[in-house]
Amino acid sequence: MEALEPPRLAVRRFRAGDLSLQTVAGAAALAAAFLVCLIAYTIVRDAKPAWSKDGLAFVTRDAWDPVKHVYGAGSFLFGTAVTSLVALALAAPLALGVALFLTELAPRRLRGPVTALVETLAAIPSVVIGLWGILVLGPILRDHVEPALHSTLGFIPLFGPPASTGSSVFTAIVVLTIMILPIVASISRELFLGVPGELKEGALALGTTRWEMVRGVMFPYARGGIAAALILGLGRAVGEAIAVTQVIGSSVGIHWNLFATGDTLASKIAASYQGAEDGAQVASLVYLALILLVFSLVMNVSAQLIVRRVARRQGIGAARA
Amino acid sequence: MSTHSLTKATLRAEGLPRRRAVNRLMELTAWLAAAVAVAILGVVVWSVARRGAGALDLDLLTKPPVPFDFGSTPSGLSNAFAGSLVIVGLATLMALPVGVLVAIYVNEFARPWVRTAVGLALDVLNGIPAIVIGIFVFGLFVTGHGQSGYAAAFALACLMLPLVARSTIEVLALVPGSLREASLGLGVPRWRTTLSIVLPQTVGGIVTGTVLAVARVAGETAPILFTSAIVGPQLHWDPHHALQTVPVAIFELSESPDPSDHARAWAAALVLLLFILCTSLAARRLAARSRAGIVSSR
Repeated sequence: MEALEPPRLAVRRFRAGDLSLQTVAGAAALAAAFLVCLIAYTIVRDAKPAWSKDGLAFVTRDAWDPVKHVYGAGSFLFGTAVTSLVALALAAPLALGVALFLTELAPRRLRGPVTALVETLAAIPSVVIGLWGILVLGPILRDHVEPALHSTLGFIPLFGPPASTGSSVFTAIVVLTIMILPIVASISRELFLGVPGELKEGALALGTTRWEMVRGVMFPYARGGIAAALILGLGRAVGEAIAVTQVIGSSVGIHWNLFATGDTLASKIAASYQGAEDGAQVASLVYLALILLVFSLVMNVSAQLIVRRVARRQGIGAARA
Repeated sequence: MSTHSLTKATLRAEGLPRRRAVNRLMELTAWLAAAVAVAILGVVVWSVARRGAGALDLDLLTKPPVPFDFGSTPSGLSNAFAGSLVIVGLATLMALPVGVLVAIYVNEFARPWVRTAVGLALDVLNGIPAIVIGIFVFGLFVTGHGQSGYAAAFALACLMLPLVARSTIEVLALVPGSLREASLGLGVPRWRTTLSIVLPQTVGGIVTGTVLAVARVAGETAPILFTSAIVGPQLHWDPHHALQTVPVAIFELSESPDPSDHARAWAAALVLLLFILCTSLAARRLAARSRAGIVSSR
């Protein structure tokens, strides 16, 4: 891959054209970096009124009352944590299964089409998934799945009495599971494709079954990458606003009943788009966005760090071998 | 005879039947997972197609919505389709040149550490939730000036920029260095080498990346809610004012209690889905072909 390095000229002559292209392109690159800073600056600036009024107490306070001007992110943080973590727990095994199917099990003829179908699932806009969630999935879950789970497992507080509207935290979880499944699956598929054939064949030659080879060779080899893929999936679930707003039913309060309505940070922001005129409320909404922004930065950077560390370690391993 | 039974006994001691059963079970699970993923896609697409096809007619594309309609006048969403065209078009005009320039800088000029830094900035930008971008543009442009098509286009451009830049960086890296060396060796200045030798090789890839980015943002609702969503039912094309868009229209209709609104939401969702599926399919076809072209010319 040395050929990819731009060649360095032995004699550098001043050329106006070179300089201007480099300047214009450099300005664009700078603008892209600047944009990230501008986003952070604008959000911090607009959240300032809510920040200076409440400080960190805002983050944990379980209230959102525009009449009394009392705002807090507590119940939305809780809702975000519950929906995205449960969705990730449901999506992760499914996604790994899909990725293993696509790399190890699928007949050659099925491989291409199923890969394309999984990527198509990722391309469906969230508002369409939300439309389906509110009009098709919600009523089905309310009429069949939730009563059944409530009557059999109702002694667990998670499976409380279903809400009458069909909007519930559980519907949001199912919708989020559908949305992060293709992301985690397609990243894991690429990771599994990158496992060296010699390692897999070596394990099989030692007499392992296919599953033992997957567990003993492929999972450890791709461990870091899978962790990064899960973090990216979690980031997607945490940041998803529209589909969740459509199905979760918007209510304030911390409770463990998955079948009741709730709200997440992102869905609260999206649901407030029409009434956001009062200054204190807008600042509080921006504060919610600031929490989301910090989350997304932390998750992105940690995923990057994991990927880089794994790449370095595997580079060393390859050099030794 | 005795060796045979010995082997069998040894195998049983190692638990081979159990290991085989576990293997079978896991393989079955993976098959099921893939079946579930494909079934979900099938169910969603089929729901949209079945419910949308019934309500889809020319009125949807050509007539603006009629408020307080009781089924007497034909009511459509032409304002949403017009607005989406304008906003996505403007967003592409903003994101495409900047994205390509960023990629040129990263690939042809930047030092390694600058390359890493810009790459990280693009990744971070790509990871910021769309709703946060919407709040950002709300604070930047909408507060004090009101919602506008331009603000929404800028928000979508923020989402498109990392996608366009990433895909352009990828295809630029595929262009063989020997091509650059040959051009530079003939005395062609670097800027002309970049613009008229290297860049034309990547047009296919840039178009693909842009089309995929368009397909992605055409369905985005969250960044538009705070930038161009408070609109009347009139059809207009002026981005100085807030424009209705297809995703926001679907969002609003889906929350309405009126079944005829739901029908229009399904129909609009069908149009949106068809647009997205066709463009991404075409883009992938194009990607495969242009990539093959670059690699074979090497």
